[in-house]
Amino acid sequence: MDWYPLWNSLRIAAVSTAVVFLLGIWLANLVARAPALLKGALDVVLTLPLVLPPTVIGYLILLVLGPKHPVGEWFLQTFDIRLVMTWYSAIFATIVVSFPLMYRTARGAFEGFDQRLAQAGQTLGRSNTWVFWRVKMPCCMPGIVAGAVLAFARALGEYGATSMVAGYTPGSTATISTTVYQLWRINDEAGAMTWVLVNVAISAVVLIAMNLFERRARQGASAEVGLGALGRWWRDRAARRDAAAVAGAGNGGGSL
Amino acid sequence: MSLSVDVHKDLGSFKLDVSFELPHADETLALLGPSGCGKSLTLGCIAGTVRPDAGRIVLDGTVLFDSEKGVSLPPQKRNVGYLFQQYALFPNMTVLQNVMVGAKGDRAERERTARSWIDRMQVTGLEGRSPAQLSGGQQQRVALARMFASEPALVLLDEPFSALDGHLRWTLEMGLSDTLKSFRGGALYVSHNRDEVYRLCDSVCVVTDGANEPPEATRRFFEYPRTVPAATISGCKNISAATVTADGQLECPDWGVRLRTSLPIADGTCAAGIRAHYFTVAGPGEEGNVICGRVERVIDNTFSMIVMVRTLGGAAVRYECDKELWRALDDPKEVTLVIDPRFVMPLTAGGRS
Repeated sequence: MDWYPLWNSLRIAAVSTAVVFLLGIWLANLVARAPALLKGALDVVLTLPLVLPPTVIGYLILLVLGPKHPVGEWFLQTFDIRLVMTWYSAIFATIVVSFPLMYRTARGAFEGFDQRLAQAGQTLGRSNTWVFWRVKMPCCMPGIVAGAVLAFARALGEYGATSMVAGYTPGSTATISTTVYQLWRINDEAGAMTWVLVNVAISAVVLIAMNLFERRARQGASAEVGLGALGRWWRDRAARRDAAAVAGAGNGGGSL
Repeated sequence: MSLSVDVHKDLGSFKLDVSFELPHADETLALLGPSGCGKSLTLGCIAGTVRPDAGRIVLDGTVLFDSEKGVSLPPQKRNVGYLFQQYALFPNMTVLQNVMVGAKGDRAERERTARSWIDRMQVTGLEGRSPAQLSGGQQQRVALARMFASEPALVLLDEPFSALDGHLRWTLEMGLSDTLKSFRGGALYVSHNRDEVYRLCDSVCVVTDGANEPPEATRRFFEYPRTVPAATISGCKNISAATVTADGQLECPDWGVRLRTSLPIADGTCAAGIRAHYFTVAGPGEEGNVICGRVERVIDNTFSMIVMVRTLGGAAVRYECDKELWRALDDPKEVTLVIDPRFVMPLTAGGRS
C-alpha cells in the first residue's frame, strides 16, 4: 500500500497549522484590542472562510495564484515556481480554510484574559512585550492550543479547496481526503475504507489529546501548562532515571 | 512625598471630576465612597492604566500626566504600586517569581529583594507555590510583597479586604496597618468601609458620583462631616432637610422640630444630621433639644437595640442604644429623644451641586 497520501496530508496540515498559529495569534490580539467599528469589520473578513463553501475559496485562490493571474504569473516568471497543482498548493487552501478556527478560538481566549494582570505587570515596571509573552500568552495558552488543534484537524480533512487548487495526482498532490474520493470513484471500496479509517483514527487521537490537555489546564496550576509542562516532564524524567538507577543498584546488591 | 491629582473623564453616563492633594510624607489618604462612585477609576488614572480626558497629576515634583502639555507617562515609568482588588497575581508563576517581577537589579539582587519581602510579609515557605494554591489572605500578602518589592513612591490599595472573610480581615488589617506605618511613601486607600478607613487612614476624601469633597483629617471627619454625602458615608443614619432660623437654630421639617446646635453653621447649610447612638431618652415633658415620636419598630441587633421612631414631621428617626438600657424602659409606646447641641450637625449639600 502506498502511504504517500498520509505523509502528504500530515506535512500540509503541519505547515499550514504553523502559519495559521502565528497569523491567528497576531490578528486575534490585534482585533481583541481594536476599536468597536474596526473590530466588527475585521471580524467579518477574518471569519468569512468559515462560512464560505470550500469550492468558493478554492476558486478565489486560483484567481490570485493561478499561472495566468497576477501573483501566480509573477512567481512563475521570477522564480520559475508554480503555485498551483503542486503538493504545497494545498497549503494555501488549508491556511485559508482553517484560519478562522484558530483566529476565533484565540480571540476568545484573549478577550477572556483579565486585563488587571496586564496592568499589574505594567505598574511593576515591565514592558508591554514582556507582559504579552510572559503573562498574557501563558494565561491564554489553553485556548490557543485548542485553536491550533482544531485548525490542524480541519487542515488534515480539507477537501474542496484543496482539490481545486492542487488537484489529484497520485504520489504528488494526493492527500487522504482526495484519495478517498478517487478510490470511491473507481469502485475500490476496500481502499477507500482504509483511508477513511486512517482519517478517523488521526482525528480521534487529536481530539482526545486536546481534551486531555484542557482538563489538565483546568485542574492543575497554570504553571504546568505548555512549556512549563514540558520542562516539568523533562525534570521528572531525570529524577525517574536516577530513581531507576538507585533501585537497580539496590537490586544488584541484594542478588549478590 | 507629595501628590496632587486633578483628573476629568467623561464616560457618557458617568463623569469623573476628582481633585485633591496629599501634601504630607508617608500619609495614608482614604478615598471613601459607595461602589461605582469612581474611586477605582481615579486610581487607574494615577497608575496610568486609565487615561483621563483632561487634568494634571504630579507625584514628588514629577509630572505623571498633564493634558495641556501633552504629558502622559506610561504606567511603567510612574513608580506607583497598585494592589488590585482580587490581587491580580500572575497565575502562571510561583510566589517567588511573582514577587521578583517588580524587583530591580540583576537576577540575584531581585531574588534577594523578593525573599526579604516574602519574609516581611510572613509568607516564607510558600515561595514555590502557585497563586491558585494560596488562601485569600496569603494571596494578599504575596501581592503586597510584590508591590513593595518594586520600591514604589506611592501605593494604591483598591479595597484590599473585599475578597476576604471577616475574621481573617482583622488579622490582615493589623498587618497592613504596620506595613503602611513603616512605608516611607504615601498611600491611597480605596474603600467603602468606614471602620477600616477610620482605623487605617490619616485623612479621608469622600467621593460620590464621580466628584470628591476636600480631604479632611480622619478624626475630624468622623466627628463632624460637613456635607450630606460625607455624613451618609460616615454612617450618620438620621439626616433631615433644614433651614437656618434667624436666631441660629436648625428648623428640621422632616422631624417637625427646631434644634439648637453648638457647631458652626456654614453658608449653604441645608440639612441636619444626628448619629443614631447620640440620643438619650428623657421622660415626657422634657424641654430643649428633643425629638418626640411614636415607637414604630424595635430591632434586636447583634450588640444593641435599634429603635425606629416616627416623628411629628413624618420621617422616622433611628435610635440605637444598649440592650439593657432599652429593657429598663419597659417597651414604651412613645419616646422623647434628647440630643446634645454638640451632636446636631449642620450639613451643606456637597457633591456635584
